[in-house]
Amino acid sequence: MFTVKRGRLALVSAAWVGAVVALAGCASGDPLDSGSDKASGDKLIVGSQDYYSNEIIAEIYAQALEANDIAVDRDFRIGQREVYLPDIEAGKIDVFPEYTGSLLQALDKNAAGGTSDETYATLQEALPEGLRVLDKADASDQNSWTVTQAFADKYKLTDIESLKNVTEPIVVGGNAELETRPYGPTALKEKYGIETAGFKPIEDGGGPLTVKALVDGDIQITNIYTASPNIKSDKLVALADPDGLFFADNVVPVVSDRVTDKAEKVLNTVSAALSAEDLVSLNAQSFNDQKKAEDIAAAWLKQAKLF
Amino acid sequence: MTLFLDALNWIFDPANYVGDGSIPSRLLEHLVFTFVTLLMASMLALPLGFLIGHTGRGRGLAVAVSGGLRALPTLGLLTLVALWVGIGLEAPYVALTVLAIPPVLAGAYTGFEAIDRATIDAARSVGMSEWQIVRKVEIPLGLPLLIGGLRSGTLQVVATATLAAYVADFGLGRFLFSGLKTRDYAEMLGGSILVILLALVLEGIFSVIHRVILPRGVAAGRPTEVRAGSVRPRPGMESTIAKGRK
Amino acid sequence: MTWIWSNLDFIWDRTLDHLVLSVPPIILSFLIALPIGWLAHRFRLGRGFILISVGLLYAIPSLPLFVVLPAIVGTSGRDPLNLVIALTIYGVALMVRVVADGLASVDPDVRLSATAVGFSGWALFWQVQLPLAGPVLLAGLRVVAVSTVSLATVGAVIGVQSLGSLFTDGFQRGIEAEIVAGIVCTVLLALAFDGALVALGRLLMPWSRPARPTRSSAPLTPGPKALGAAVHGGEAAK
Repeated sequence: MFTVKRGRLALVSAAWVGAVVALAGCASGDPLDSGSDKASGDKLIVGSQDYYSNEIIAEIYAQALEANDIAVDRDFRIGQREVYLPDIEAGKIDVFPEYTGSLLQALDKNAAGGTSDETYATLQEALPEGLRVLDKADASDQNSWTVTQAFADKYKLTDIESLKNVTEPIVVGGNAELETRPYGPTALKEKYGIETAGFKPIEDGGGPLTVKALVDGDIQITNIYTASPNIKSDKLVALADPDGLFFADNVVPVVSDRVTDKAEKVLNTVSAALSAEDLVSLNAQSFNDQKKAEDIAAAWLKQAKLF
Repeated sequence: MTLFLDALNWIFDPANYVGDGSIPSRLLEHLVFTFVTLLMASMLALPLGFLIGHTGRGRGLAVAVSGGLRALPTLGLLTLVALWVGIGLEAPYVALTVLAIPPVLAGAYTGFEAIDRATIDAARSVGMSEWQIVRKVEIPLGLPLLIGGLRSGTLQVVATATLAAYVADFGLGRFLFSGLKTRDYAEMLGGSILVILLALVLEGIFSVIHRVILPRGVAAGRPTEVRAGSVRPRPGMESTIAKGRK
Repeated sequence: MTWIWSNLDFIWDRTLDHLVLSVPPIILSFLIALPIGWLAHRFRLGRGFILISVGLLYAIPSLPLFVVLPAIVGTSGRDPLNLVIALTIYGVALMVRVVADGLASVDPDVRLSATAVGFSGWALFWQVQLPLAGPVLLAGLRVVAVSTVSLATVGAVIGVQSLGSLFTDGFQRGIEAEIVAGIVCTVLLALAFDGALVALGRLLMPWSRPARPTRSSAPLTPGPKALGAAVHGGEAAK
């Protein structure tokens, strides 16, 4: 009796564990998972950040490749850099739109800033084995110290250094990491002698909350990407950065070894045509007109007449 | 494993105990935030819960509203409110109060419902007014479930209050966000451990409250005694089946 | 509004993603909580320890969990499995106490009678205790289902597409309709799960159909206290 019971208990327990494991397996094998198995096919996998502007560029890459008979799989909106970077490094994604300076900082915390070309050159060295960047585009979406137009007018602000004219306390707002970044408040003080009056963390990466805080006057300066449509629609001014305090952040495709010469040529053609004004306008179509990434990308490719 | 050791090192690093944004000040902020949120949720949910529990009406509505509130994604709500009111603590207070309302509300009305109807009828027959019944009979007897609801709400708020740091320089969430973004995972994990410890301490406090303030008659039927061999079942629970078949 | 009409397919796809992500954690947390809850119910000494330590899992902040999980489980950073495991942990944290309370809600007399007519411990659990604890378990599972659907939105932050993607995208692009659509769809999906569980409960436990509440002050059935425990996250009735 005892052994029978034990045996049955073991059996049921085993079935139980089996069910749990099987379910977990189902979950991991669900269609959302685009693991390494996909990369073994002959299609190139194009990825994008969870950022609408990045998705548009990725969509342009994908459509350009398709227009040249190169099959692609789209794996878009896959989170922030800390989430997708390991997958790129592992070769699970073949083409990914990146930004030279930001990617460099993610790969090497101690990297020094510099001009567009310097940053691009340093980035090429910092990339791990099996990854490379193709030609960079003129388009860039870089960090900037941004203020409201009214604030800029009041103190005649043009570049970062002119912040010295400001006589009221300057409260800085932005993502937590801004406080400690090499271009953060400390740099303002050390490089230009600009005193700031505290830091207010807003964790939406220069998104609508940050813009609202700036417009409401809760903060006086913040870090907003230069291609953000908010700069125009909310009457903001990105202060000029003649000394290269910020890294240049040109749009550049990061690609794996699976990208052929033909695909490389296609992507380089795209990058050569993608201007800074284009990127701002692409973003504005998504932001102001609420158009879909695929439509915006198709329209740009059509108008650029590349292929 | 080294990650956890790093986190412990971070927690015990004396440098983190001085100045602005030190561990003690963040803990205090987190605690105050939790307390105020629970207070606001209680002010909204308790009167409503007592009303539903006492009259026995509107329960279906309460369940539906609680379910709906529970399904509201806190981060979504937080950001949406912040878009209206701006950065600062207002948006976190609103979002977290919404989070805390369902458990407190459920605790209030189920506490009343769990009371044996005969007790209420007895109270009414000795001439108590409705208000007296609520105050002297239903609230004391409903306390165990009410405290359970507050306790559940507290746990959820403590854990989720880290989101306040999304729009304000406030609470233990600061450690999580700054650790995540600067890839200082020791700080992030250390911050999480502090959140869990705080939750543990609050759990302990609720256990003590539960024991100390319960009326004796209510405490008599604690589950421990069932299992100690007493045949006296827990109040309210003994009748699950019987009532279910009425 | 125009955004919604021109993106119905996008909303629908994200809703399906969300559905696929939410179902496994709900089932898994039930399956895992059942034996743990039984242990807590069965062994008086361990009860407090099990219930409190499992309950504390709920206090783990989700962002760090998503960072630590891949390191522990060995998954890729944006594997949906991370999200499923995390949601399961939160589900178990809610459900274990419900199971323990549900089993405790079974009338001791019934248990004694069942033993007297010859049920073994094993059969007693499956054929007597579990069905009788059913209504309480169901109430708890409804809470788990609703909060799982709500929590799954954080998947967007770690690169797993869900209805949460509508928030992140909507916030970035300042499209309020998209954010509201995300919230509304999440709530609707949660309510759909809730309704499905209620229907399942009626199917599996026809005996537990609550008596229609009368206009009098008669208590609602069944077992409000145990149900109450389940309804607010199983933290009550320590």
